[in-house]
Amino acid sequence: MTNRVTATAIDAWLRAFGRLVADNEDELTRLDAAIGDADHGANMNRGLTAAAAALDELAAGDPPPAAGPRLTKVGMTLISTVGGASGPLFGTFFLRMGTALGDQETPVALAAALRAGLEGVVQRGKAEAGDKTMYDALAPAVEAVEAASADGESLAGALAAASKAADDGCAATVPLVARKGRASYLGERSVGHQDPGATTVSLFFRAALDAGVGSGEAG
Amino acid sequence: MKKIINDPSAVVADALRGVEAAHPELKVDHANKVIYRGDSPRGGKVGIISGGGSGHEPLHGGFVGLGMLDAACAGEVFTSPVPDQMVAATKLVDGGAGVLHVVKNYTGDVLNFEMAAEMAAAETGVEVATVVTDDDVAVQDSTWTAGRRGVGVTVLLEKIAGAAAEQGRGLAEVADIARKVNANGRSMGAALTSCTVPAVGHPTFDLGDGEFELGVGIHGEPGRQRLPLVPARELAELLVEPIVADLPFGSGDGVIAFVNGLGGTPLIELYVLYGEVARILAAHGITVARSLVGPFITSLDMAGASVTLLKVDDEMLGLWDAPVRTPALRWGI
Repeated sequence: MTNRVTATAIDAWLRAFGRLVADNEDELTRLDAAIGDADHGANMNRGLTAAAAALDELAAGDPPPAAGPRLTKVGMTLISTVGGASGPLFGTFFLRMGTALGDQETPVALAAALRAGLEGVVQRGKAEAGDKTMYDALAPAVEAVEAASADGESLAGALAAASKAADDGCAATVPLVARKGRASYLGERSVGHQDPGATTVSLFFRAALDAGVGSGEAG
Repeated sequence: MKKIINDPSAVVADALRGVEAAHPELKVDHANKVIYRGDSPRGGKVGIISGGGSGHEPLHGGFVGLGMLDAACAGEVFTSPVPDQMVAATKLVDGGAGVLHVVKNYTGDVLNFEMAAEMAAAETGVEVATVVTDDDVAVQDSTWTAGRRGVGVTVLLEKIAGAAAEQGRGLAEVADIARKVNANGRSMGAALTSCTVPAVGHPTFDLGDGEFELGVGIHGEPGRQRLPLVPARELAELLVEPIVADLPFGSGDGVIAFVNGLGGTPLIELYVLYGEVARILAAHGITVARSLVGPFITSLDMAGASVTLLKVDDEMLGLWDAPVRTPALRWGI
C-alpha cells in the first residue's frame, strides 16, 4: 500500500500541513507584513486548525470516507474560516483536488487531482506565471508530480520532486514585481520579498514528506 | 501594544457585543458576525449589504440603519469576511426586491463576495447585484495590479445608494446609482504612523519621526512613496492635486468634499487639512456642495488622513441630503 494515496495518507498529509503552518505562523505573518497586510499566518493557522477538527470528525465516521471527500471537506472548511484571498484560493484548491481524486489512490490520479486544484485556483484568482503569487510555487510542483508519475516514479519520489519544485518556485518569487493581490499596490517596492502564499504552498508539499506519504509510514 | 481589549483574538466578537448594547435598534447575528437593521427584512425594499475586514470602524457596521445599509459583515481585523457571512446577511435583509452587495476592491473581498453571491442565489434564488468600489488614485489601474483599492468613496456610496433603496427604487436602478457614485469619486491618503493589528501586537511598518507615507490604503500596507514630513498646506496639495487631475475635476464642478481621519488623528488636525483642501478646490474653481469631516473609514490606530472628492449632480445631492439614521451618520430625522 505504500505507493498509494490512501485516505490515511491524505489525512496525515493535511495534518502535517497544519502543523507546519502553525510552526511557521510568525514567519508567514512577517512575509505578509512586508508586502501585504500581516494576516496570512494567522488566517491560515485559524483555517487549518478548524480543518484538523473536521478531519477528526471524518476519521471517526463509519466507514471513514476516502481521500477525496476528506480533501473536499478541508476545502469547504478553509472557505468558511480563513477569509481574505487565501480562503477562497486555498479552499478552492482542496475542493477541486478532492472532487477530482474521489476514491482513486494512484500517483497518476493524484497528479490529475493536483492539476484540477491548480485550475480552480487559476479560475478564481486569474493569476499567471510570474505574478508573484501562490501560482508560482503550485504550478511547478503540479508539473513535477505529473512528470514523475507519468515516468512511473514512486509516489514518494514524485512528492519529493514536487516539494523541491515548490521550494524553487517560491524562492523565485523574491525578485518579482507583484501583479496580483494586495502586494501589487506596492509595484516595484514588492521586489526583494518572498511571496507569503507561495511560501504556504511550499509548506504544503513539504508536509507530504514530513507525513511520509508514499513511504509506508502513512500509507 | 497598549489597547483597550480583553484578548487579541476576541476583539471583533467583543466589539459586536458592544455595538448590540449601544444600539438597540440594530441586531447582531453573533455566529455570523453580521450587524443588521432590527426591522429587517423590509418587504419590497432593495436590501443593501456590505462588509469587509474589521478595523475600519465605523465602516461598515456603523452605517447600518435607516437610509443606508441593511446589514454589514465583520471579518477578522483587515481580513475579508467569509462567504457564509455574506450569505447569512443576504438572507436576513432579502425583502423580495433583491439585494445589492457593496464590495471594496481587494482581492479577498471580491473573491469572497463572488462566492457568496453564487451561493445565496443557488440557495434561495435571491437576485444579487454587486458594485465594487475602486477610487484610490494612489494605485495604478492597470492589468498589472489588482486594480485600485476601494476607500473613501465607499462611505459616500453607501449613503447615496442607501437613500435610493429607501425611496423604493428597484435593484437595477440602485446598482446604477451606486456605480455612478464610484465612477465620479476619487481618493488619496497619507499616513503619519503605521497601525497595530491586535493579533500581531506591533506596528505593521516602521515610519521615522520626520517621515510620512504617501498613497496608503486602509490596511497598514505601505504606500507608494515615503517622504519627509511637510506642513498641512503642502500635504493637502499632495493629496488633492492627483485626485483633481485623475477624474479630472474641473472649474464649475460641484463636489462632496470628504476629509477622512485614519483612526489616530484628532479632529482638530482634520479641520486644518480641510481648510487647506477647500482653499485648493476654490483655486481650481471647484464648488464644494457638501462636506464631511471625521474618521469614517479608518485603519485602526493609524495617524493620517485621506481626501475623497465626489462630483455630484442634483440627483446625487438629493440622495445625500435624504434622512439617515445610523450609529455614525445621522441627519434629516
